[in-house]
Amino acid sequence: MKGLKVGLEIHQRLKTHKLFCNCPSMLMEREPDGWVMRMMGISRSELGSVDPAARFELLRQRKFLYGIYFDETCEVEVDESPPLEMNREAIEIAIRIAKMLNMDVVDEIHTMRKIVVDGSNTTGFQRTALIAIGGEDSVIRTNQGEVRIATLCLEEESAFIAETGSDFVRYKLDRLGIPLVEIATHPDIKSPEQAKEVALRIGRILRATGKVMRGIGTIRQDINVSIEGGARQEIKGVQEPDLIPVVISREVDRQLNLLRIRDEISERGIVEEDIGGFFELSDVLKKAEKGFVRKAIDSGESAFAIYARRMRGLIGREIQPGRRLGTELASYAKVFAGVKGIIHSDELPNYGISSDLVAEIRNRLGIGEEDAFILVISDRKTAEIALKSVADRLKYAIKGIPEETRRALEDGNTEFMRPMPGSARMYPETDVLPVLSYSFLEALEGWKPEFPEDIIGRLISYGISRDQAEEIFDEEKVELFERVSSLCKNLSKGFVASTLTSMMKYLRREGVKVELIPESKLAEVLLLVDQGALAKEAVESMIRDLAESPYADVKEIAKRYSMSQEELEKLIDDVVSSHRDELMKIGEKAFSMLMGEVMKKARGRVDGRIVSSKLRERIRKEVSQEAL
Amino acid sequence: MPLSYVGKACALLERYNVEDYDLVRIITTKGELVGRIIPRPSIFDDEHIIVKLPNGYNIGINIARIVEIRVLEKAYQREETIPEVKFREDLPYVPLVVTGGTISSRVDYRTGAVRAYERPEELLDLIPELADIANIKYKPIFAEFSENLTPNHWRKMAEKTSEELNSGARGVVIAHGTDTMHYSAAALSFMLVNLRKPVALVGSQRSIDRPSTDAVLNLIAAVKVAAQSDIGEVVITMHGSPSDEFAWVLRGVKARKMHTSRRDAFIPVNSPPIARVTRDKIEIISDYRKAEENSKVEFDGRIDDRVFLLYTWPGMSPDIIESIRSLGYRGLVIAGTGLGHTPSCIIPSIERLVKDGIPVVITSQTLFGRVNLRVYETGRLLLKAGVIPGEDMLPEVALVKLMFVLGHCDEMNCIKEMMLKNMAGEISSSISMRDFPPCWVMR
Repeated sequence: MKGLKVGLEIHQRLKTHKLFCNCPSMLMEREPDGWVMRMMGISRSELGSVDPAARFELLRQRKFLYGIYFDETCEVEVDESPPLEMNREAIEIAIRIAKMLNMDVVDEIHTMRKIVVDGSNTTGFQRTALIAIGGEDSVIRTNQGEVRIATLCLEEESAFIAETGSDFVRYKLDRLGIPLVEIATHPDIKSPEQAKEVALRIGRILRATGKVMRGIGTIRQDINVSIEGGARQEIKGVQEPDLIPVVISREVDRQLNLLRIRDEISERGIVEEDIGGFFELSDVLKKAEKGFVRKAIDSGESAFAIYARRMRGLIGREIQPGRRLGTELASYAKVFAGVKGIIHSDELPNYGISSDLVAEIRNRLGIGEEDAFILVISDRKTAEIALKSVADRLKYAIKGIPEETRRALEDGNTEFMRPMPGSARMYPETDVLPVLSYSFLEALEGWKPEFPEDIIGRLISYGISRDQAEEIFDEEKVELFERVSSLCKNLSKGFVASTLTSMMKYLRREGVKVELIPESKLAEVLLLVDQGALAKEAVESMIRDLAESPYADVKEIAKRYSMSQEELEKLIDDVVSSHRDELMKIGEKAFSMLMGEVMKKARGRVDGRIVSSKLRERIRKEVSQEAL
Repeated sequence: MPLSYVGKACALLERYNVEDYDLVRIITTKGELVGRIIPRPSIFDDEHIIVKLPNGYNIGINIARIVEIRVLEKAYQREETIPEVKFREDLPYVPLVVTGGTISSRVDYRTGAVRAYERPEELLDLIPELADIANIKYKPIFAEFSENLTPNHWRKMAEKTSEELNSGARGVVIAHGTDTMHYSAAALSFMLVNLRKPVALVGSQRSIDRPSTDAVLNLIAAVKVAAQSDIGEVVITMHGSPSDEFAWVLRGVKARKMHTSRRDAFIPVNSPPIARVTRDKIEIISDYRKAEENSKVEFDGRIDDRVFLLYTWPGMSPDIIESIRSLGYRGLVIAGTGLGHTPSCIIPSIERLVKDGIPVVITSQTLFGRVNLRVYETGRLLLKAGVIPGEDMLPEVALVKLMFVLGHCDEMNCIKEMMLKNMAGEISSSISMRDFPPCWVMR
């Protein structure tokens, strides 16, 4: 794609306690033990200019509610105590990763405050420190060329957002403060597929350390995208690597479509003055037919509108599948004013607003058929903020595309989150002393990092295929596989590998929550098979059951699927005695028929090999007795 | 801007004519980078320079690695426009006496921590709500962290406050560091004689340059108390919970900082809060001295600071008491244990002190509850030795009060009488069962 420039920021949680306190990096299932309410003020940055992103948040005057856990979070997360020393284990892991990427570790690490006043940090800033800078050799090689690594930072994870209301946001503090490394590339990526390749490679290097957290949400990508003539966008929170190319292509489409709209605006000769006005229309919309508009007006809400001369048709123009310019405007109104949405003339008549009413509105606004208008239903103050942000965004469409921070949606589309922040929003965290990196580097002297290909090579040496080895690595089952393999004497490594990979994948696709099962339980199941106490065929059912009750006793569950020695002998007795005649006739040749009979009842409960050896012994005994 | 560096790093930067905040290109043995020179706190070593990179991050670079520095752009003086505040006829006049502390602090690069605002007007820019409550004027009298305050600073504070109250202020707000706020509140309570107007001390536990600062609510609450309440006392207005929901109005002689860092560190001791203030209203909780319009306050700065505060401990020896006398102290406040006891072995030394005219006031390390020297033998012996039981006064309040009393009389009977007289609400006639707050029960 011509002129496409993409940079990635990969965020990975580390397997250690929190960055600035000693609380565990543990996510809580239960509701918090209590809530604390806070409001955020504005802050001056180090160089004295008030950050636009911060200023913008002030518009909202939101209340932030923070859920605390008495035993799993402490005073630090809720900003009631200064941070403790930076977690040295986290620094060490970050430095290891930097070394694997051939980066230069900075001499003295300074913790910064990155102002984030959306409430996701109780302090109003995220603590972050630059650990290493990319050098000449810090590159990721891809099929489409090299991509340079720019920086590696160590930072705090934000709080988990639990609920958003029109004037409040609820966050839980279990996630706040978990250490993250953020690896940023230069904007060297030139295609959507290349972006995915880079993300996968970096993800694999991170996993090769064995010191990063695993599972859903523990790694996520931010994508910086720009195209020639467009504007730089920062897209937050893509969790699935497969989605990366989709997000990028759709962003390119969005920008191209916005540029087309700009060109058409220019052809129509629309200028900023064509967008404006502020009219109350509650009396007009009182006449709307049944629908949410009428309902809102009847319940005492008011309606307000602005006009956009000669813009008819443009606001309803699609810019991403299912998203129109109007959707972008609505995002602005939602974000800045907290309204549920907007109504624009390109989607009318609809919502109980008839074409007669549309004409009446046009009349009231003093505009004609070729003009557009945007409506908001709320109180006056909210409507002023909402429509001002809509007007500002529409005026920008005359010039081109604003730089924004956008949120990735599940289908690969993106939506506006906030304006792009400037770099002024960083200032030193004076509560934390700088840390010298020398002692960490000395301790790592002579350390030979293990790269993904080293680990995959080692896995293959267990006697499994390359595909299986790669799958074990990607499924983050290396440690478990090696542990089980070293303990198992009889079981084939291929069976261990396929249980841990393809069976898990298959069950997950069926909706079985295999990720809930602790690894130690999976190991136990495989060891039971190895000892002959459980049939291979029973493994799938065992895993299904464990996913239902992950902390159940494995041996107890195994009883459902295993047959005791006595049971098996009794079964063989029954089969043999009920088929005595055939046995007498054809002797040991009756084995496969009898085996089939026994297995009808024993399948999945006892290993076939054990059945066969027992049955053979019994037949031999029976036949030889008869011979006497 | 002039260079803040010292030692070796300073020599290096000077060699290349670099000053603080200059934009430079640095060539190191590892490569080169562009950034702005950031001042380095002098308590750090002189072997690194701090550079702010274009992405906003600061890093420290070892000067041994630096090959060359080129200045790309000299630092610019930043311009700030602070909106002018118009006088509003409909609002009362409330001076904000600024003394220092976190509430008037900002990030400082020389000390590495926080430092007082050079221009306290910035407060109003950050908390525009204040302009709708009162006409506020800034009256900076000094800029000290409260751990560095002395009785002389108390005098200056009390004098300035009385001047303001006697020349048109409806009430006074004092921005103060939190560490010793309760000492200053006690001192003001005694020095402002016949006070019948609100005087609110306010501070913050999170500096005002942080988005999560508690100063916004605390200042709004303090200014409301000064501008709208009819409380004629010295009070402390600080967060009442970890939430930005309400502030307590606490009697200056009955409050204490009880947590190193929490927003709600100030707790009323042996007395209920006077009121609870939200952004919208003041809710009265308990009795207080009523404000009187047109009342005049009298500043009485007579104080003798030669008073010692002693925290007893198991196994302490009597020679400490002896040395207090030889150091020239004129009074002793003891924070004893339990009901007000001390190790029996120091009682003879206490008795000699009292005989020599040095008053000894007994308070308790338990802080909550009243001392009672009649229950146990040790207590009775202390009484016999001539100590003054400090009732339910906090040790710090008894210290400040004894300083004030010694500034007014020498004679033991007079001292005793003044110490046992309730002057500013520091002695409660009764303590309610409600006034002891164990957090586990409240939960």
